[in-house]
Amino acid sequence: MLDTKDILETIQMIRDENLDVRTITMGISLYDCASDDATRLCTKVYDKITKLAEYLVATGERLEKRYGVPIVNKRVSVTPAALIGATLDEAGYLKLAHALQNAAETVGVNFIGGYTALVHKGMTESDKRMIATIPQALSETKNLCSSVNVATTKAGINMDAVRLMGQIIKQTAFLTKDEQSIGCAKLVVFANVPEDNPFMAGAFHGVGEPEAVINVGVSGPGVVASAIKRAGDCDLSALADVIKNTAFKITRVGQLVAHEAAKELNIPFGIVDLSLAPTPAIGDSVALILENMGLESTGGHGTTAALAMLNDAVKKGGVMASSHVGGLSGAFIPVSEDAGMIAAVEKGTLSIEKLEAMTAVCSVGLDMIAIPGDTEDDVICGIIADEISIGVANTKTTAVRLIPAYGKKAGDRVEFGGLLGYAPVIPVRTESPSVFIRRGGRIPAPIHSLKN
Amino acid sequence: MKAIISVTGKDSVGIIAKVSAVCATYNANITEITQSVLHEYFAMIMLCDISDLSVSFSTFSDKMTELGKASNLEIHAMHEDIFNSMHKI
Repeated sequence: MLDTKDILETIQMIRDENLDVRTITMGISLYDCASDDATRLCTKVYDKITKLAEYLVATGERLEKRYGVPIVNKRVSVTPAALIGATLDEAGYLKLAHALQNAAETVGVNFIGGYTALVHKGMTESDKRMIATIPQALSETKNLCSSVNVATTKAGINMDAVRLMGQIIKQTAFLTKDEQSIGCAKLVVFANVPEDNPFMAGAFHGVGEPEAVINVGVSGPGVVASAIKRAGDCDLSALADVIKNTAFKITRVGQLVAHEAAKELNIPFGIVDLSLAPTPAIGDSVALILENMGLESTGGHGTTAALAMLNDAVKKGGVMASSHVGGLSGAFIPVSEDAGMIAAVEKGTLSIEKLEAMTAVCSVGLDMIAIPGDTEDDVICGIIADEISIGVANTKTTAVRLIPAYGKKAGDRVEFGGLLGYAPVIPVRTESPSVFIRRGGRIPAPIHSLKN
Repeated sequence: MKAIISVTGKDSVGIIAKVSAVCATYNANITEITQSVLHEYFAMIMLCDISDLSVSFSTFSDKMTELGKASNLEIHAMHEDIFNSMHKI
């Protein structure tokens, strides 16, 4: 029989340390829905999603009961809208956005991702039409998520797209101003976007993916933070082992759930995303992990080193626990979704510059950061360009999910509620990068992209 | 199929009897029990065969949770695979 200690450890992780499976995300290909008639396309999209994902939520709930572990989110990601809607005009794209929203409501998922364009090397005319509709689409829907990939290490950075996204983010903030500019929380700008990411708002079903797939995102910052606390006074090699052991256990839960969900839904298993995704719940915080590692406050000197070590150990521990690893895989540092990050911003120890540095060594990027509503479009473009450059130069994913909260200034607070949490508005530099941004064109791919 | 039922809380008379009664009601066959009492704190782990359960495992698990609430104990019924996955390579 199993060891009593092990059994009680698992129960403690779930009950006291917020161990959960963060998301089961079903990826669905919509290629076969393409049509030059918007109504016909939308009907096919709605029918396909609601047929394939009909039992997704029920299956998630059943597995949650069977294993006693919460499965917080059930979600759907689809083929990028700009690809299947290439023949549509703007009104057609908006119709598609509503069809995706309706399908999400029917199957009962809390987010549907894939209102997406991949424009890292250049924009097609249909990409431009689709991107132009993002602000309205996000303001008229509740559960739809949008993402735009503006750069890859192979292609370089499409600065025309970066410039456009600065404007799109500001328009989205304006159109959702009555809800604290929440539309921007559902919009991500990426470099090197993964095509099998189960986490929102950046999930979509990539071009090389099968008909349908089950991807799972694990979590567990609270479990890692507690394990580090229990480890007490040990050196960093020993601490790395503690993190690896814990990440292994967390990931095994994700692998089990992914495997069983795939079996029950009769859809192939794709990947497990080895991520530490915080929630606003007390203790379920990546910042708390860094502080338990020995920092006085997240954002102080030493933060980047601690985060780099954490991120590496999570991957090393997790990779052996899963048969296929993918997605974003790494520690997330979304400010509004992490009570410790919020506290560090409020104390003034965590700045946007430090957050940018941290993103060079962990998963994702400048995530869920509220900035003053009057931030110039070009300044936002400058923030995007900086963050995207880190991803391109380091051959990793980076992303920007900024909320220029309409009518708010530095020091104010933006409340989203639920998993999205709340965010103190963080000050940003106001010196203009306009001349640089408006040059347009492409920043060439770095030399190390030439690997062949 | 096997499930692990874990029971923790303050010790009192009849805990095993109550949990066993629910197992019997829904046809869960208890195959192993370990329990310890430390400073009035009671911890029991029960291994059950649930192949012939008369209700769905979800319902069985809910009944155990209800019993826990009524008896001021923490009772969890979970499929053994989660423990095997986490603690065995």
